[in-house]
Amino acid sequence: MTPAIELREVHKRYGTEAHVDALKQVSLTIETGELVSIVGPSGSGKTTLLHIMGALLRPTSGTLRIAGRPTSSLSDPELSALRAYELGFVFQNYVLTPGASALENVADGLLYCGVSRRERLRSAHEVLDRVGLVARTTHIPTQLSGGERQRVAIARALVGNPTLVLADEPTGNLDTQTGAAILALLTSLNADGVTMALITHDPDVAAAAPRTIEMRDGRVIADRGTDANTRRA
Amino acid sequence: MLEPDTKHSRLHPVDVARIGLAGLRTGRLRAALAVLGITVGIAALVAIVGVSESSKASLVAQLDRLGTDLLTVQPGTNFVDVTQNELPRRAPAMIGWIPPVRHVTQTVSTTAAVRRTDKVPPYETGGITVLGASTDLLGALDARLAHGSWLNSATANYPTVVLGAGAAQTLGINHLEPLVAVWLGQRWFTVIGILRPVAVAPELDQAALIGLPAAHDFLGVDTHPTTIYVRTDPSQTVAVRGVLARTANPANPQDAVVSRPSDALAAEIASKGAYNTLLLALGAIALVVGAVGIANVMVMAIIQRRTEIGLRRALGATRRHIAIQFTAEALILSALGGSAGILAGILTTVGYAHARHWSATIPPTLIPGALAAALTVGLTAGLWPAIRAARLAPTDALRATT
Repeated sequence: MTPAIELREVHKRYGTEAHVDALKQVSLTIETGELVSIVGPSGSGKTTLLHIMGALLRPTSGTLRIAGRPTSSLSDPELSALRAYELGFVFQNYVLTPGASALENVADGLLYCGVSRRERLRSAHEVLDRVGLVARTTHIPTQLSGGERQRVAIARALVGNPTLVLADEPTGNLDTQTGAAILALLTSLNADGVTMALITHDPDVAAAAPRTIEMRDGRVIADRGTDANTRRA
Repeated sequence: MLEPDTKHSRLHPVDVARIGLAGLRTGRLRAALAVLGITVGIAALVAIVGVSESSKASLVAQLDRLGTDLLTVQPGTNFVDVTQNELPRRAPAMIGWIPPVRHVTQTVSTTAAVRRTDKVPPYETGGITVLGASTDLLGALDARLAHGSWLNSATANYPTVVLGAGAAQTLGINHLEPLVAVWLGQRWFTVIGILRPVAVAPELDQAALIGLPAAHDFLGVDTHPTTIYVRTDPSQTVAVRGVLARTANPANPQDAVVSRPSDALAAEIASKGAYNTLLLALGAIALVVGAVGIANVMVMAIIQRRTEIGLRRALGATRRHIAIQFTAEALILSALGGSAGILAGILTTVGYAHARHWSATIPPTLIPGALAAALTVGLTAGLWPAIRAARLAPTDALRATT
């Protein structure tokens, strides 16, 4: 089966003269169906890694395949299409459209996929049900709690049935209890077949993932988990 | 699952309009202020064009009503021999022989004064001239009566008078019932009619008109014509004009002054064009100010909405989609401002025309033209900020959130 995402010796250098190597020869593969946590101290390169995996940033060298597709020769519209159809994003501070209802916000996940508005709203309703927010469809973000907002953001990432969901500190802005609920949601979604990679500082989140990639100074220093161990062998 | 090759990021035009409007809703006051500049500029342009077109149209209508086929002949000013100043008595009849001439009529000046009563001192003439007039004057000049009736072959022999619009006002006469008389020369004359203003012969507005026989009998005036009015075949007016002086006064053609009253109106119409340019330039400056306002709003919006741009890029928007969205916002703003401006401009035109008793004239191309101008301004002002928004790296835009 095609891996969800595959990085081969990916290098990312910022700046030209006084340069910083944010990622150094990173190679990793995430198979379809995995839940992978990426941990590491600040400045270890995990956000850069997430941006590269999300096709928001091009590697300086190395190859990246998303859903089996090499990305190095793709144009901006082609990369945008990959983001629209293959990837879903969850941000630490939700990034919801302020005046729009939960339903509208989730439907925006399909805005650039050539789906009719009616179909978008129908799918959004389904996904909101899946994340347990079906009673909150008409609420705007300010009427929702932090946990509810993050559920809306997760629903928006899921609505296009992406190959891979990328989450940046999904519990970072939430209290422990709410964070645990979100984590439970993410693991149950993974159990339903959603492939996920999430950046976290939270040891509980890292522990909940079957596989944990640890980063330091732009390198992968550990890759723990059943799948990873078999791959290494 | 679809082949990745067949997938493209898409954004339906309806959704462009929808997210464009939603974007504007978040900064309503800012948007309203930006729109104001465009509104003022477009309103100024529409009002300037509308008002001057209405004024021009009313002049053209006046010209049409007058006709360009009217010529007048008056005695010239000869300082050597005053008697030569007079036009020959036979002049109207001679002019009548010119084939394209359709009507000839005349007025004869008198030295008499007209006063409200005999108690008013003789030197208080009020600037009203007393003229003897042919009974066919009214028809030849297309003049209309406000009250009463015109001189006919019977009343022309009696002490009756028809007052010009201005003369009636000066004398304070605005009705004919009960019977009104004025002190004219050395006797009472009954006022039988009051004229409306005569556009083609404004000199009649300040005149008291009596019949030619009455002028002769009561004032002892000889009947040398003072002004001969000539209506011609419209296509032959210029030709008639060429021969008119010689026909009217064969002995001294240089002493007969021929003029065409419509020339003054035609000159006024022509001058409307020049008047426009300056005001249009002012309107254009207002539009430039509006453009700067829109550009400012768009630049501000892009700085404040970096997160939104990052989100949209993450959701699959291409650079083009971002550029289209912000251009659409600028276009919506300018269309709103332009529509409000068009409405304000039309209302101004209608109000001004109404106050001037013109019929308001909005040229059919003015509204689409003004809208196109507003959209062009919006496009020009919005394009560069939109391209800047599109060039924003998605990661930079998202980093602004943390």
